[in-house]
Amino acid sequence: MQKLTFKKGIHPNDRKEQTKTCSIEVLTPPELLYFPLGQHIGAPIEPVVRVGDKVLMGQKIADSTAKMTVPLHSSVSGVVKDIGLYLHPSGIKVPTIVIENDGLDTPADPINIWHIDLLDSDEIIQIIREAGIVGMGGAGFPTHIKLSPPLDKHISRIIVNGAECEPYLTSDHRVMLETPEEVLEGLLVVKHLFPDAKAYIGVEENKSDAITLLKQRVKAYPGIEILTLAKKYPQGAEKQLIYAVTGQEVPSGGLPMDIGCLVLNIDTVSSLYRALAMGQPLMRRIVTVSGNLVEKPGNYSVRIGTPFRHIIDSAGGLKDEPAKIIMGGPMMGVAGYSLDVPVVKGTSSILLLSKEEARVLPETPCIRCGKCVDACPMNLRPLLLNAYVLAEQWDKCKKENIFDCIECGCCSYSCPAKRHLVQSIRVGKQRTKNHR
Amino acid sequence: MANSNVIVSSSPHIKGKDTTRGLMIDVLVALAPALICGVFYFGFRALFITSVSVLSCLIFEYGWQKLLKKPVMISDCSAALTGVLLAFNMPVTVPWWIPVIGAFVAVVIVKQLFGGIGCNFMNPALAGRAFLLASWPVLMTNFVPPFTTGFKLSADVVSSATPLAIIKTGTGFEELPAIRQMFLGNIGGCIGETSSLALLLGGLYLILRRVIKPHIPVAFIGTVAAFSFLFSRGSMSAVESLGYSVFGGGLMLGAFFMATDYVTSPVTTRGQVIMGVGCGFITFLIRRFGGYPEGVSYAILLMNIATPLIDKWCRPKKFGYVKKKTVKQ
Repeated sequence: MQKLTFKKGIHPNDRKEQTKTCSIEVLTPPELLYFPLGQHIGAPIEPVVRVGDKVLMGQKIADSTAKMTVPLHSSVSGVVKDIGLYLHPSGIKVPTIVIENDGLDTPADPINIWHIDLLDSDEIIQIIREAGIVGMGGAGFPTHIKLSPPLDKHISRIIVNGAECEPYLTSDHRVMLETPEEVLEGLLVVKHLFPDAKAYIGVEENKSDAITLLKQRVKAYPGIEILTLAKKYPQGAEKQLIYAVTGQEVPSGGLPMDIGCLVLNIDTVSSLYRALAMGQPLMRRIVTVSGNLVEKPGNYSVRIGTPFRHIIDSAGGLKDEPAKIIMGGPMMGVAGYSLDVPVVKGTSSILLLSKEEARVLPETPCIRCGKCVDACPMNLRPLLLNAYVLAEQWDKCKKENIFDCIECGCCSYSCPAKRHLVQSIRVGKQRTKNHR
Repeated sequence: MANSNVIVSSSPHIKGKDTTRGLMIDVLVALAPALICGVFYFGFRALFITSVSVLSCLIFEYGWQKLLKKPVMISDCSAALTGVLLAFNMPVTVPWWIPVIGAFVAVVIVKQLFGGIGCNFMNPALAGRAFLLASWPVLMTNFVPPFTTGFKLSADVVSSATPLAIIKTGTGFEELPAIRQMFLGNIGGCIGETSSLALLLGGLYLILRRVIKPHIPVAFIGTVAAFSFLFSRGSMSAVESLGYSVFGGGLMLGAFFMATDYVTSPVTTRGQVIMGVGCGFITFLIRRFGGYPEGVSYAILLMNIATPLIDKWCRPKKFGYVKKKTVKQ
């Protein structure tokens, strides 16, 4: 069987054994849920409810008239308790709507009651927007914007990203295994918008059970192909995935649509299905809870707005005080300092690492071994970028293509001198941008 | 919650197992067979010279870092590696103070004065050897046949010409040892360079452990082999010429362990091929037309100096730039 992949990259231990056989467990929502307003990339949204208002499950609680924005919905029914500044997983306090759960889950009116065949493209896009769907891999790009490319861009290939190349994470894996129909039906929604595009679901070889199952089920869905990808990080990075599937490189500074590609996350696609077929806005997501400190690691279907602590408690609590709290994967996820933050649309996992797992060795001088150069999937030379950033040579950073860095972290991972390569490049990007 | 002990840092949150120290230890392990061969052929004095060299390197690095109140980094094993390589590049007959002076030049002048590990512009061990060769040419080329030295040097040991020196003269080829003996290392030469077999084993270990990539050694040895095959000397057949050039002198040691020194070789694969070919070509030129019978060290040193230039030249093709070009055409 041919395994598709990209050039370079790294092979970290995937550490998925802890959770890959754990079926998705539906968690009872807590008493208080927190809905930070900024859960997507784009224009900010404003609350459309007031403190004391009664809200229904699936009711819109914040929105804006700007184009590049999506609304936010309550994931439970209850009462708006407070609107104020609360801690966001990114570590800062942001405007947040707090809702007290009445435990009844009284649903709001569905956002769609029509069969997809009765809707035209604009109506479908509008429903997707109203459902508040964003890319659920973590970036939070509004999906309806992605699905309405400018007229001069012709989408010829739709790729669903089932690579899940980050270690520990198994939530997409479980979604593909347990609800393959939702994924395939959701992909049909996208195909409906781009009827002449080919559709692919790319899955890394370490999820062979999901590949077998999808290949079986896909027979009923003509025009969709299941592809086996090699197990390599960052196989699920957008540009690398497109290269693996099509052999084409997204131009530097460009978007996938420039070469006719559209990449969507697994959980995003199944959310599309639930919005269109069941009329449900985005209210829940699948979260992997893992790391060697968790008593009961697993995959949980969690209402958006649920505090991390509630999820951890439901997962049997912790064995020890965590040394690191990570939202997302260990390679690109964000480290936080509190468990009192809510799950947002982009929370694919909560990892709690022990001191041992989170140990950071001291930085030592670069020995020019070139391992970062051999690892960089963008073909950059991280050691030079690191040196230029430290010397504040922003012109040289630009010349060495600092903006092409996708921040996958392969360089830092492979560095024997334990240099903070991608970390410095992140800073360097900002500083280079600000430098004239 | 009082999570005062939670570490908040920028991703990635996990790192690979490689460490500078680990890589250096791997190289030391890979050099072990060559050391065993050195002791086997040249007696315990080989071990003595190597130990003096390693100890001197460690002491000089430690002393320098203490003196300048810098963090002491001898535990990264790079100084120890320099010591081993330095000793491997001298004949067993040298007096004990030769490796000490060599270690001083290598560690203090070439490595630390330029900023320590990662900053030296040429291979410290080779620079030390070049200094010693220029200063004490007789002592540094006093090669003896195998099995003639124990721990002490006996007075009646007669020095012998190395195979490359014989080839250099262009005559007297009948004195050359069999290529098989050269491959095993049963010939006169520096402590660590004679056994191609042991060095190949070590080199293979490094490649399998992904400490080095094969590009530099393959390009280096391949270039020397090709040129010596094409331009054989005197009555020698092309195949013999190839065999003596590849298994003679310090080519194996240089190609696998010195030219591949991270700090002084290019970081890109393409650059590494250029480095290897350049080393091979210069080695051939020196061996054939230069004043010395052996040219591996100088070839590597010259290419070390060219490394920044090669790095500047070999920018990898960045991802996402091919499409634009084809669109323009």
